[in-house]
Amino acid sequence: MALYQDVIMAGFGGQGVMLIGNLLAYAGMNAGLNVTYIPVYGPEMRGGTANCTVVVSDEDIGSPIIQRPRSLIVMNQPSLDKFQPRLEDGGVQVLNTSLVDASQAEARVRTVCVPANDIADKLGNTKMANMVALGAYVRATGVVDLDVVKKSLGSVISAHYSHLIPKNADALQAGFDHAG
Amino acid sequence: MPHNTTDTGTPERIFIKGNEAIAHGALAAGCRCYFGYPITPQNDIPEMMSYALPDAGGEFVQAESEVASANMLLGAAAAGIRALTSSSSPGISLMQEAISYMAGSELPGVIVNMNRGGPGLGDIGPSQGDYFQSVKGGGHGDYKLLVLAPATCQECYDMMVQAFDLAFKYRNPVMVLGDAIVGQMKEPVTPWKPAAVAGTEAADWRLEGAKGRKPRLLKSLFLEDGALAGQNRHLQAKYAAMQAEARAESFLTDDAELIVVAYGSIGRIAKSAIRKLRAQGHKVGLVRPQTLFPFPGPLLRGLAEQGKRFLTIEHNCGQMVEDVRLSIRGIVDSAFYGHMPGEMPGSDDFLAPILDAMGGK
Repeated sequence: MALYQDVIMAGFGGQGVMLIGNLLAYAGMNAGLNVTYIPVYGPEMRGGTANCTVVVSDEDIGSPIIQRPRSLIVMNQPSLDKFQPRLEDGGVQVLNTSLVDASQAEARVRTVCVPANDIADKLGNTKMANMVALGAYVRATGVVDLDVVKKSLGSVISAHYSHLIPKNADALQAGFDHAG
Repeated sequence: MPHNTTDTGTPERIFIKGNEAIAHGALAAGCRCYFGYPITPQNDIPEMMSYALPDAGGEFVQAESEVASANMLLGAAAAGIRALTSSSSPGISLMQEAISYMAGSELPGVIVNMNRGGPGLGDIGPSQGDYFQSVKGGGHGDYKLLVLAPATCQECYDMMVQAFDLAFKYRNPVMVLGDAIVGQMKEPVTPWKPAAVAGTEAADWRLEGAKGRKPRLLKSLFLEDGALAGQNRHLQAKYAAMQAEARAESFLTDDAELIVVAYGSIGRIAKSAIRKLRAQGHKVGLVRPQTLFPFPGPLLRGLAEQGKRFLTIEHNCGQMVEDVRLSIRGIVDSAFYGHMPGEMPGSDDFLAPILDAMGGK
């Protein structure tokens, strides 16, 4: 069976879902796999949720647009309302329980809870909640090695902010550990 | 295909948007002039060309309009220069007069259309509503563009190299027809450097000053008795010769009972639907035309002669299906599913239409 995983990552604009989408895609590429990344595009960006879709596979990828994803990273409540109904039965969702009501998780899917904002706060910067959630996602799915994700940080964080890479690696690790 | 390699021998991949791959591919192909006017969803192309082209020793001009862009392209082509314009549907409509003039006066140039929803200003989402305009000649007169349809970011790169080569080989405008999906998505791309462009590729026809030789005339006006008919016969013979350039990806067609025909982004989305149905035991395959003109009609006809049935899927209300039907006429018909422009397509949308077409023996 071919290696295949797809994920929709969703949250408020500003929570950095596009950044972790790019990061996972880079990690997939750096792991030698095929990847696609597509941001939600158009007027939807200006209200409700920001989201992007990443597909990782060891064969050539067909559709970069996923209607019924196998996994989700849900950073806020509106994203749970919008995307949980689309998640495939038996799929996995990582919920940022700092902002999402985990009691609404459906039993037909596997749910991994991580208080991403609270963990990021403890690490010193709430903006790293996206990295915490991605770390938990990598643990939950095993789609790529966490080390490859960490090594790919330099591809998505500009040189001007490169001093923040170790902290972001810590946030990835904290999310990974929490999901264990 | 030559690739850059790392120390470990694996080709280096860069993670870029389809639009960026278009720009990278144009630069690799030796593009030296870009003219354009901004429009979503292709603005990454002029953005990148605006800084990368001057660095490569070329010229970037943001024109005052698409009409101007296309006529600047015509002018650069007349000087034998590898030149590019890009736009999206409404902007491409504005360029049609100059494109007809380029075809009529046999000038090579590359035009990228990242198709958005129409008609009119439509929306900024993906669509394949410009198939007829691209393939049947959007301007006046009996002319053809070579039309290439990338489905991946790598194809965006590769087809730009191919587009410039074909433009100069046939002295004809070439269109690269993508959409808002392939333009905006990101994938790993392996850049490669084609052989350097021969400085002499346009030496026997370009306008460069007539010092020491007879003046040349590049024109699309033929008023002398019989001249236009002669030009048209010449052009038609050239278009017929282009059939040799037809390309398509075939996926699981050998044992397929039903062939889905779909191009560009819709082709790759259809591939996901086909994989899903194959896992359920349905014998369905895909032909994805990579050239829309010339159309891979002989390939489809060969499949029709084997007794296969056809379903054409497009992100429009039925355009390429006419070419599919022409290709297989007298043998079998093609069913059609059109995903409405204005709605984002996904592979699940194609499952029921494919199953319907499989049931319709």
